[in-house]
This record gives sequence, structure tokens and C-alpha cells, in this order.
Amino acid sequence: MSAAHSLPLADRLKDAVRIGIVALLLGIPMLGLTTADQGGGLQVLTRWPLLAQFVGVVFFGRLILQWLVSHFQLRKLQRQRVAAKTAVVQQRPWLKWLGRVALAFAIVLPMAFSGNRYVIDTATTVLIYVMLGWGLNVVVGLAGLLDLGYVAFYAVGAYSYGLLSTLFGWGFWETLPVAGGMAALFGVLLGWPTLRLRGDYLAIVTLGFGEIIRIILVNWTDFSGGPNGINSIPRPSFFGLEFKPPGDTPTFAAFFHLEYSADHRVTFLYYLILVLALLTNVFVSRLRRLPVGMAWEAVREDELACKALGINVTGVKLSAYAIGAMLGGFAGVFFAARQGFISPESFVFSESATILAIVVLGGRGSQLGVVFAALLLVVLPELGRDFSDYRMLLFGAAMVLIMVWRPGGLVARREPTIQIDTPAAQGATP
Amino acid sequence: MGQFIQQLINGLTLGAVYGLIALGYTMVYGIIGMINFAHGDIYMVSAIISVTALTLMSAFGISSVPLVLALVLIIAIGFTSVYGWAVERTAYRPLRNASRLAPLISAIGMSIFLQNMVQVSQGARVKPVPTLIPGGLELFTHNGFSVHLAYTQIMICVVTVVLMVAFTGLITRTSFGRQQRACEQDRTMASLLGIDVDKTISYTFMLGAALAAVAGVMVTVYYGVVDFSIGFVAGIKAFTAAVLGGVGSLPGAMLGGVLIGLIESYWSAYLSPEYKDVATFAILILVLMFRPSGLLGRPEVEKV
Repeated sequence: MSAAHSLPLADRLKDAVRIGIVALLLGIPMLGLTTADQGGGLQVLTRWPLLAQFVGVVFFGRLILQWLVSHFQLRKLQRQRVAAKTAVVQQRPWLKWLGRVALAFAIVLPMAFSGNRYVIDTATTVLIYVMLGWGLNVVVGLAGLLDLGYVAFYAVGAYSYGLLSTLFGWGFWETLPVAGGMAALFGVLLGWPTLRLRGDYLAIVTLGFGEIIRIILVNWTDFSGGPNGINSIPRPSFFGLEFKPPGDTPTFAAFFHLEYSADHRVTFLYYLILVLALLTNVFVSRLRRLPVGMAWEAVREDELACKALGINVTGVKLSAYAIGAMLGGFAGVFFAARQGFISPESFVFSESATILAIVVLGGRGSQLGVVFAALLLVVLPELGRDFSDYRMLLFGAAMVLIMVWRPGGLVARREPTIQIDTPAAQGATP
Repeated sequence: MGQFIQQLINGLTLGAVYGLIALGYTMVYGIIGMINFAHGDIYMVSAIISVTALTLMSAFGISSVPLVLALVLIIAIGFTSVYGWAVERTAYRPLRNASRLAPLISAIGMSIFLQNMVQVSQGARVKPVPTLIPGGLELFTHNGFSVHLAYTQIMICVVTVVLMVAFTGLITRTSFGRQQRACEQDRTMASLLGIDVDKTISYTFMLGAALAAVAGVMVTVYYGVVDFSIGFVAGIKAFTAAVLGGVGSLPGAMLGGVLIGLIESYWSAYLSPEYKDVATFAILILVLMFRPSGLLGRPEVEKV
């Protein structure tokens, strides 16, 4: 690698020119030329200045990147040479503190921003994704099963609540366990046939499963309302007290002698999802320490060895599926209750990809990483609303770049939850 | 009867297109063992390029159909294989030795990126092109239902068969094909024997992209409408075709493509067009359940 550092300028220029030519070839059909409908037929439009800018950016970007890479790689090598003597497993206590600070912030947020509905709404959305991420983390992060159709379970939960509440008048709290159970059942139904499959096949099958659910929701109009979805889903109540202007039924505002305000419900929904998400977190962290949780991680690390040790791999994987699906179902119920309206539009593949990206960017298996990734992926597009056209473009590019840069994710390296605590073992797992 | 034959023709045409895309999946899977999730979007990129190329041809006043077709094919193949190369270089090569999940996720990211790149740069609206090869043969009429064979359909089938033959020759008889198969069997050993593995993998991606480019041109000419979102579903179907035929097997990919095309057109005609995608996905799940190695594939032995 040190050879790269001593690369003469001419070679670097040659390299950048080569990349520039590739950029030119890539850019001509997409940036340089375009077609637009102008009165009756397509016409070719040219955008040569744009193409020139693109090629220029790529050329100089490559030169700078080259310089940076060779510069920093050398530094890194030197550091490694020094560090090799004192290789110790690094405990990261600051992560724990960061988690506590984040939790405290989450609790005081509605008070700090009381009246600012936009902030609380966005925070609620972040928490939904956090909860979905934690649920998917069980499947992807702990059990190592790649699931590209997670949104199907979210949909099962949402439609369970939507249908049960509008058709039979069920309340939020009654539906929650039922919807979770339904989602878990779907998880097992999906898991059963696919258990023999390896990682990437499994991904495609789960993707197909998610699409099947969505297509059924779109086309089976009698059941799901088709593309129009389900309207006027009742909102959750605070132990039977509803969030409504004063009327016949006991309301939240009247009971606590408050003046009615629409913000009450928004704040209540925020705390509701916060509690649900925290319960999820506690639940999953506890499970990790139980035999079943250890079995998940063992299966992730080496399925063959697990089989040889007599672990029931089928049962282990199914339990991961069922629990992950159940958590997704809970989040779905909350989603339906919060929106008051659901349609198949909310459960498309890109939603699954977003949740998966949250888990992967956060670092598979890391609970805190999921929080940061969810924050990043929800808040960044909100900040850049003007760039809404480029939102998914940047999203895809970020997914590629982060994977290339840190294949293990932002926070976690796949550390086992428990390990044998001897100096030798510590030295062996840096 | 008439309906049955008509759907057979339509299904074979569709299947030829799926088969061409599926070849790319199968080759890439064979050589580096990953699902190139962005392959469907490479096909979409080529369809968009061919729209631009077709419009350019009519702007230049080139009207001879074989010439237009040849030029569009060359342009689409050329640019699309650069895309194939670039995708491999940026998203997959750095992750060659990472865990299995990492390249798959970067492939999904690449797919999202390509789709949105085209949406932003080329517009979200459907792009219509005028019919290049009008007309067709009326084969026969049975109970008032006349069976048509469009010239475009003949062209698609002929091009696919020619490509298949040429491609099989390339893989089985040339030195590149030997290198490619060597890398498929054992990359380390191949590199020890002096094969430039990275280069071979790059060429494989370019070849896969070139085949997808042909499929893109064919679809543009056949349907006459293209937009930025056609890659996802076509990619999934072609992948299903590759799995059905046995991932890693080249004739299998073609066979799988034809089967998927036939199933899709019969399902649409006789059962319900709304659920045709469900049929494909259901087949995918069933095949993987009962015969994970596909129709023509070899069962994979898990090594410790």
C-alpha cells in the first residue's frame, strides 16, 4: 500500500483521466442526452454543460480521493504497527452513556418542544422506525437471516387493527396482542418453507412474500378496501379516556380538568410509541441473554456447527422469525392507530429496504446503532425537503458507500453477547 | 385453442426476454456467488438508453429498420456494459471478501440508486416510442379468434436464439470462457494459474449487462413504452427464472425464462391478470422449497 503513496503525479493523472472517461461514458446517455415529450413525440434534448460539470467533478474528485487515500493509508499503517503490541479488546463505555443521554432526551423532548407539533410528529416517526429496526434486528442482526419483506408483518399488524377496529369495534389495547400474534403466525408461515435456504436466497423469497402480501392487499378489494385502503380507524384512548373536544363520553381533557388541545393526542402518541419501543428494547435485550437468544447468535455464526451440537436450528430460526414479526406487527398497529388511515401504498418494498438499511447502517445486532441510523434516515430527508427528488437517490448511494466503507455497520462489530472471559480468548477476538 | 396458441407465442416472447436477463444473474451468481440485485435496473437503464437512441435515429432521419435496430443495439450494449462494469467496480469489488450480507445490501442500494438516478435525470414519465416494426402474420383463425404472430415477436425469438448460440460458444470454446469457468470453480486456484480473476469478473459483469441490454432494446421495441420502474419486477422475474432453471446453469436460465414467460401469459389469460406477479413469486417459493438446486442445477454441497 505504501507504493500508492509514492505514485508519481503523472500516474495519478492518468488514473483520473481513465475514471473521467468512464464518467463520460456513463454520463452521455443519462446526463448528456434526455428525451422529452414535446407535442406528439419524443424529442432528444442535450445537456452538455451538465455532463461537463459531472465529468469535471469526477475527475478532480478522483484526484483528491487518490491523494487522501494514499495519505491516510500510510498513517493507518504506521498506527497499526504501533498498536499491534498492545492489542486489547476495547470496551466502549461511552456508548452506554450515549444511550442514557439519548433516552433522557427522548423523555424530555415533548416538554422541550411543547406546542411544536412538527417536531413531535417527526420524533414519533423516528421512534416507529426505531421499533421496526429493533424488531428486524432480531431476525437480521441476531439470527443472521436476511429479510427483505419485513414490511409485510408491519402491514399485517396495521391491517389487523384497521379491520378489527372498523368492523368489530375493537380497541387499540385489545387488538395489540391479537395483531402481534397474527404477525407472528405469518412469520412462522413464511419461515417454515424457507428455513433450508441460505442467506441471499432467503432474501429474495422474503421479498417475494412481502410483494405477495402487498398485491393481495391491493387487489382483494372486499377484504382490504383495495388501493383506497381503510379510513377512519379509531385513535387509541388513554385508559378509556378519549382525546376529543368535550362531549358526551368522558374525555382526557375533561377528566384531568385541562383545556382541550389537539396537542394532547400528539404527545400521548409520542409517549405511547416511546414506551412500546423501550419495551421492545428491554424484551430483546433480555432475550439475548436467554438460551434462545444465544442460540440465535450461534446459528448466525455457524449453522453447521450448531446442527452438530444438537441445536434445533429450525426451532431457533422460527422463533427469531416469529418474534421479529410480532414486533413488526405491534409497530403496525401503532402506525394504523396514529395515521387513522392505511393503504397498500405504505407497505411497499422501499419501506422494507429502509428498515433493513436502518439495521445494517446501525450495525447488525447493535440496539443503539439502530437508533442513530433511524434518526439519520428520517431526519435527514426532513431537513432536505427541497431535495425531495434526490432523497432516494442519496439514500441508495449512502447504502452503497456505507457498506463499502464499513461492511459491519456504523456502531457494532458483530460482537457476541457472551464470550469466554480469559485473556487468551480476549486476545483472539480483537 | 386459438387463445392457447396466442398465449404460447406471447409467453415464448416474454420468456426469451426473461431468459436473457436471467443469464446475467446466473453468470454473476456462478462466478462470485452473490445475487446482483441491481441487474434488473441495468436492464431498465438499457431500455431508457434505447429510447434515446431510437429517438436520435429518427431525428437523424435514418429509417432503414435493420440499420436502426443494429445501431440501437450497438449503442445500448456499449453504454450498458459500461454501467455493468461501473456497478461491479464501485459496489461489489470492495466487498469481495466481506460477509455474504454486505454485497447484497450494497446491491440493493445500487438498485435504488440506479432507479432514482434515471428518474431524476430522465424524468418520471412513461416514454413512448413509435412502432419500429409494424405488422405481423395472421397464422389462422379458429372460432372467430385469429392468432397473430407479430414480426417483432419473430425478431425477439430469432435474436435470442442467435445470442444463446453465440454465447454458449463463447463460454465453452473460447479462452475467455475457459477462464470464466475456471474462476467459477475455484477463484484462488484460477488466480494461482495466472488468470486475472478481477478482470474476468469485470468482463462477466459486462457480458451480463450486454445481454440485459439486448433484452432492454427488445422490450422497448416490443411494448413501445418504458419507464424508470420496469427494472424491479423484471429483475425479480428473471431471478426467479434463474432459480427455476438452476442458478449457475446457462441453459437452465433460458429454460427458466421461457417457463416463467409461459406461466405468466397463461395465468394472465385464463386466471387473473392482477395476480400474475403472485404466481411468479409463488413459483419461486415452491421451487426453493422442493428443489433448491432448480431444474438443471447441481445441488450445492455445504462446506465447513
